[in-house]
Amino acid sequence: MKITVCVKRVPSTTARIKIGADGRSIDETGVEFVLNPYDEFAVEEALRQAERSGGSVTVITFGGEAAGKELRTCLAMGAHDAVHVTADGSARDALATAKILAAAIQPTAPELVLFGRQAMDGDQGQVGLMVATLLGMAALPDVVKLEIAGGTAKAEREIEGAIERFELPLPCVITCNKGLNEPRLPNMKGIMAAKKKTIAVVAACAAATTTTVAALELPPERAAGKIVGEGAAAVPALLRLLRDEAHAL
Amino acid sequence: MAFILALAEQDGGKLKKVAGEVASEAVRLSSALGASVIGVTIGAGAATAAAQLGEFGVGEAIAIEGASVATYSGESFAAALAAVAKEKGATVMLLGATSLARDLLGRLGVLLDSSPAADCVALKVEAGKLNARRPVYAGKALQNVSFGGAVAIASLRPNVFAATKVQGKTTTVATIAATAPPARCGRLIERVATGAGRVELTEAERIVSGGRGLKNPETFAKLIEPLATALGAAVGASRAVVDAGWRPHGEQVGQTGKTVAPKLYFACGISGAIQHLAGMRTSKTIVAINKDKEAPIFKVADYGIVGDVEEVLPALTEAVKGMK
Ligand SMILES: Cc1cc2nc3c(=O)[nH]c(=O)nc-3n(C[C@H](O)[C@H](O)[C@H](O)COP(=O)(O)OP(=O)(O)OC[C@H]3O[C@@H](n4cnc5c(N)ncnc54)[C@H](O)[C@@H]3O)c2cc1C
Ligand SMILES: Nc1ncnc2c1ncn2[C@@H]1O[C@H](COP(=O)(O)O)[C@@H](O)[C@H]1O
Repeated sequence: MKITVCVKRVPSTTARIKIGADGRSIDETGVEFVLNPYDEFAVEEALRQAERSGGSVTVITFGGEAAGKELRTCLAMGAHDAVHVTADGSARDALATAKILAAAIQPTAPELVLFGRQAMDGDQGQVGLMVATLLGMAALPDVVKLEIAGGTAKAEREIEGAIERFELPLPCVITCNKGLNEPRLPNMKGIMAAKKKTIAVVAACAAATTTTVAALELPPERAAGKIVGEGAAAVPALLRLLRDEAHAL
Repeated sequence: MAFILALAEQDGGKLKKVAGEVASEAVRLSSALGASVIGVTIGAGAATAAAQLGEFGVGEAIAIEGASVATYSGESFAAALAAVAKEKGATVMLLGATSLARDLLGRLGVLLDSSPAADCVALKVEAGKLNARRPVYAGKALQNVSFGGAVAIASLRPNVFAATKVQGKTTTVATIAATAPPARCGRLIERVATGAGRVELTEAERIVSGGRGLKNPETFAKLIEPLATALGAAVGASRAVVDAGWRPHGEQVGQTGKTVAPKLYFACGISGAIQHLAGMRTSKTIVAINKDKEAPIFKVADYGIVGDVEEVLPALTEAVKGMK
C-alpha cells in the first residue's frame, strides 16, 4: 500500500510565545521547533500499516528551508521518501496550504493519506479534511483506531458522549488523534540511514489566501488569584467566595 | 439581502446546547452586518429541531432531510450544507466548534472556497465586515482573523458565547431534500454511547479534574467522582493520569485532549503544565487544590487551597452536598 503523510514543523509545546515585530506572527528567535506531536501519530500509523501490508511511506511538508529537519526526523523513524514543498515565506491560510499539499500529493497516487488531528501552531484541524475534499476522497478526522483490509478502512473516533465506527473506501484521508498508537523514537540505525536519503524538493503551486491575520496578541493575564487558605479548614471560605463573589455556584 | 447561516446542531429532533449559543450570536451580529439570520438543521429530526429556534430569536429556518443525510457522513452533510449556502448566497456561516464542526469545517471551506476560522472565542463586526478572534499556540496567543472570501465561515467554542432566550418568536421552517451525496463517502457503521447519563466534558458548565496528585485510580475515583456528582459536574483528567491508564482518553483536558470552557473548573492534584492550561485557561472561574503552594496552577487559578486532596476533597464534597 502506498501511504502519504503530511507533516508540519511547529514550535515545541513548551516554547514561550512572543509576538514578532510585524504584530501578526511570532518572534521565532530562541524558539525550539519540532515535528507536530499529532503528526508523530500519523507517521507511526503509516509505518505500522506499511509494515503489515508491505507498502511504502512518503512524508510531505510544505514549509521554509528549516522544515527539512522534521522530514529527516520522519525518515529516521522509517519513512521511505520525503518531499519538501518549499514556501516563499508569505503567510498561507488553511485552504491555500491544502491546495498546495493536494497538488503535491495527487501525482503520487496514494491509497491512504494521513494527517495529524491539528497543527499545534494555528490549532485549526482543517487541512486534512480540505485535502480530502480537493482530491475527492472520503475522510474521517480525529481517529483513535484504524484497520485496513480489502480496500476499506475501518476507523473509530470519539465524539461528544459516543464512539463512532466508520467504513471508508480507499483511497481515503484519516487525521490521527492521541490514543491511536505510541510513536516510536528514531534509533541510531534509522538516523544514519536518514542522512543518506535525498529529499525531493518541489516548488509550491500558486494558491491565494482568503483570510488574513490582522493581529496576533498575547492573551490578557488572568487577574492574580487568591489562596483562600490551607487544608479542609479553607473549604467554607472557598464555597462562600464561589457563591457570593464568583457567582459560580 | 445578505444572510447569516447559523448551523444549529441537533440530535434526533432535539437542539444541542451549543445550537442556542450559535443562533444567539448570529442574531446579535445580524444588525451590525445588515443581514438576516437563517437557522439550518440537518439530518433525521431536522424539521422538529428547527422549529425550536424561535426560542433564540431565529424567525426563519431551513431543515435539510432526506436519504443522503438520514445517517451521518461528513461528505454528504458538507455537500448538502454547502449547497444551501450557495443557493442563499450566504455571506456568513456559523457553527459550534464540536466534533461535527471538526468534520465539516475544512470541507465547507473547500466547497465554498473560503478558509474558515476554527474555535473562535469572539466575533466582531468592523466596517461592515466580520472579524474573528481565536486562540492559537495552545492559547498562548490570540489571533484576529479577517475574512476576504465571499463567505466568512467560523466555528464557535462551546460555552463561550451566551445563549439568549427570546419570548414569543416563532420559526417558519422550510424542509428541503438534501443534495445527492458525493461519489466517495464514509459510512457510519455504529454509534455507541459512552458514559451514559454523564455530563459531556466539552458542554459541561462545571468540571472537576484530577491529576497525578490523586496517587492511583482508586483514590481518583473515590475523591473526584463524588465531588463531580455533588456539583453536577463532568470529570476531567490530566494527561499524566490518562497516560498511566487511570482514566480514558476522552476525559483528558489539554493541548492533546479536550478544550473546555466551563463556568467552574476544579484542578485537583494537577501541577498546571502549559499543555494542561491550553485546554482550560478560558474557563470562567478556576479553583486549584494542590499541596505545593508553588505549583504553576495557582498562577491561573482564581481561588486556591493549599492542601492534601485526601483531606480537602472529602470536606469539599460534604460541604457542597450541605448547600442544597
Ligand atoms: C506534546 C505534549 C502534549 C501534552 N498534552 C497534555 C494535555 O493535553 N493535557 C495535560 O494535562 N498534559 C499534557 N501534557 C503533559 C504535561 O506536560 C504534564 O506532564 C501533565 O499535565 C502533568 O500532569 P499532572 O499535573 O497530573 O502531574 P504532575 O505534574 O506530576 O503534578 C501533580 C501535582 O499534584 C500535586 N500533588 C501531589 N500529591 C498531592 C496531594 N496529596 N494533594 C494535593 N496535591 C498533590 C503536586 O504538587 C503536583 O503539583 C503534554 C505534554 C507534551 C510534551
Ligand atoms: N504546511 C504543512 N505541511 C504539511 N502538512 C501540513 C501543513 N499544515 C498542516 N498540515 C497537516 O494538516 C494537519 C492539520 O493541520 P491544521 O489544519 O493546520 O491544524 C497537520 O497535523 C498536518 O498533518
